[in-house]
Amino acid sequence: MEEIIISTLQRAMVAGTPLLLATTGEIICERSGILNLGVEGVMALGAVTAFIVTMTTGSPWLGVLAALAAGMVISVIHAFTSVTLQANQVVSGLALTMLGLGLAGMVGKPYVGKPLTIKMEDITIPVLSDIPYIGKALFSQSPFFFMAVGLALVSWFFLQRTRLGIQIRSTGENPKATETQGVNVFLIRYMSVIIGGGFSALAGAHLSISYSKSWIEGMTAGRGWIAIALTIFALWNPGRAIWAAFLFGGIFVAQYLMQPLGISPNFLAMLPYIATLLILVLISLKDPRKLNAPAMLAAPYKRGER
Amino acid sequence: MWTMWKAASPNNFNPAAVPGLMRMPKSRGGCPATLMKKIQRLEMEGISKSFHGIHANKEINLSVGSGEILGLLGENGAGKTTLMNILYGLYQPDAGQIKINGRPVRITNPMESILFGIGMVHQHFMLIQNHSVIENIALGYKDTPFFFPKIKIREKVASFSRQFNFTIDLNKKIWQLSAGEQQRVEIIKALLNGADLLILDEPTSVLTPKEIEELIIILRQMKADGHCVIFISHKLDEIMNICDRVVVLQKGSIVGSADTDQTDKKTLARMMVGRDVVFNISKEKLTKGQQILRADQIHVTGDMGLPAVKGVSFDLYENEIFGIAGVAGNGQRELAEAITGIRRIDSGKVTINGKDITNLSPRHIYDHGVSHVPEERIRFGIAPGLLLYDNAILKQHHLKKFSRRYFLKYNDVKTHTQGIVDDFKVLTHSIDNQIRNLSGGNIQKLILGREISEQPRLLVASHPTYGLDVGATEFLRHHLLKLRKQGSAVLLFSEDLEEIFELCDRIAVIFAGEFMGIFDSDDERLCEIGLMMAGSKRI
Repeated sequence: MEEIIISTLQRAMVAGTPLLLATTGEIICERSGILNLGVEGVMALGAVTAFIVTMTTGSPWLGVLAALAAGMVISVIHAFTSVTLQANQVVSGLALTMLGLGLAGMVGKPYVGKPLTIKMEDITIPVLSDIPYIGKALFSQSPFFFMAVGLALVSWFFLQRTRLGIQIRSTGENPKATETQGVNVFLIRYMSVIIGGGFSALAGAHLSISYSKSWIEGMTAGRGWIAIALTIFALWNPGRAIWAAFLFGGIFVAQYLMQPLGISPNFLAMLPYIATLLILVLISLKDPRKLNAPAMLAAPYKRGER
Repeated sequence: MWTMWKAASPNNFNPAAVPGLMRMPKSRGGCPATLMKKIQRLEMEGISKSFHGIHANKEINLSVGSGEILGLLGENGAGKTTLMNILYGLYQPDAGQIKINGRPVRITNPMESILFGIGMVHQHFMLIQNHSVIENIALGYKDTPFFFPKIKIREKVASFSRQFNFTIDLNKKIWQLSAGEQQRVEIIKALLNGADLLILDEPTSVLTPKEIEELIIILRQMKADGHCVIFISHKLDEIMNICDRVVVLQKGSIVGSADTDQTDKKTLARMMVGRDVVFNISKEKLTKGQQILRADQIHVTGDMGLPAVKGVSFDLYENEIFGIAGVAGNGQRELAEAITGIRRIDSGKVTINGKDITNLSPRHIYDHGVSHVPEERIRFGIAPGLLLYDNAILKQHHLKKFSRRYFLKYNDVKTHTQGIVDDFKVLTHSIDNQIRNLSGGNIQKLILGREISEQPRLLVASHPTYGLDVGATEFLRHHLLKLRKQGSAVLLFSEDLEEIFELCDRIAVIFAGEFMGIFDSDDERLCEIGLMMAGSKRI
């Protein structure tokens, strides 16, 4: 029994890692007022980039860096259409998803099914990892896990406790007022979209070089969409995203555990979205202001418009 | 920079005495350091700007010097705000240049203008509603430290606001503040940045008389300290009272300027509208007809979850204008919304011609003959992105004359709109124009036209002339009186006592959600209306 609990917890943490990375990125992006539905595509591109670079250079960390760069570069497209051209962000985001998935499939064709022999060593924190039940799950994990939690905490700190954070959040709430305070709204939005893209790509890198250690088309399997749902579920707060992501990771693992008990995996796959809807409904009923959604999310900002 | 703040005793801070203090030691945004000294004189030369082919500003020349309060007077849509937005770097002029202390400068964004020492308090406050006061100040303050901004500037802001007798809880969210408090946050933001030139766009429109007096004291203090102030207004009394010199704008051009001690209100009013203005509209005596509206013990909850209207009762008759006077935020908005069906009535009953309309939907209440000119015209009165003719039939699109089954009869809609535009003198080059491109006064004329085109039994008008210029105000008031003559009832909410006394047959004074009394307009007890509005007298 103890074995099962420990391994379930551990696998929940692993499954939650890419969700947390992508969600943190999406939160930063949406806080600046830009909706990025391209997460799934950027994630796939990150996965394939990390895989190819790791395989050819033999260094997983170079793979991670390459994925980060690829994610940031492709996100510039979304930033350009939604910030500079003030186009519809939903359309642009969906296009980014298609583009990312297609590009990843094309570039990754020769690598499909090849196993990755280079391993990223797990990081084990002495003493803490000996805590019964949770020790192994929380303190003996891949570097991605620690990176995800660390980045989420740092992002929370940046958004809530720094001047830049106030500027990002203000941009999402009221870009016009923010601009009159001398803040370069366009720069802030570009930056947020690009950082968000980088985070999504990191999530992809985790999938291909740490989680499954291989590349096949469609391996992101809707995780990008879950990250977008998680952004809402976490009420645009990276701190809350941490436990929310691992909760959703747990649901992922539960799909396999529950199958023998006759519970359809399709039902469990629905759970993240149902949970998000429930949260939305419950909070909206109680006090919509608590929902905390950026007021100008997905609204293009035009300068000099009356 | 932060240590400098502490060094300069914050308790008796005088921006003029230490001109270098509020400047950044090194320039940000590429402003030459030589321009960083105090603004002695600011000039705008030949400024032109047009939007969508319409001139908002045409070859404007003006200047303001240190220790001077310059009034900028003009009707709505005269181009005052556009001109100031150019000065603040929000818009780029199509032609012309700005000079500070005789040197031409280019101001391409607000940060540059802040660094030049220009501060602006916008008419529609530039505040983040969901953020706290301290976060809003940290956003606009140029020396906000990168880490822990809220904690580090708190003491500075607190002592600064104490000096101006501003008492605001820095942790409150902006949406929890009254308009007057929000304005003070804006002023603190500008002064904290060391503004030598402060632009105030219609600053008094949201303030109570007492708050206006406090504002005037602050402005005089700033003038004595050698600041320049540009005061935008269309209220002649204020301009005469506050400003040293006044520049009058009309349709984007300067039509005159004068020292305030060498001119009078009549001359200025004439310059502003280009003709004589009747200051006292005389209303005919009419005998009131049948009862139209009856409100009985209405209780309504406000946005903050607290009771906003507490047991208000009144009735309203044909050929009557019933005024509700009071300082903003005493339940007027909630009462208007309750009667028109936008807000739920907790208890009590509203009837129109004897029919119960309590908590019906706004559409059904409209069908009972209740029209509404809402208080924030851009937020609640129109759909800014839609065209003029779409906006002209909001609420009426379902009527037989505008639709056939599932389709709108656009030809009829356009004819109807053109009629309103002509009758109500809405200035626009076409009805195929997005309504957001119109000025406030023209939007309000269209809204009024829409609301009274169907001959309502009752018109609920909330601050209908708020923020409008003399010409548009006079025009709208005439229409309200016309409606009264035609047998409708008007429920008028206004903070403008002059308007209340001019138009109303009966007047109620509201304070903290309760009526302090209901009077006929010639009742002598109304001389104490000020006391009643302040809640210190109830009759």
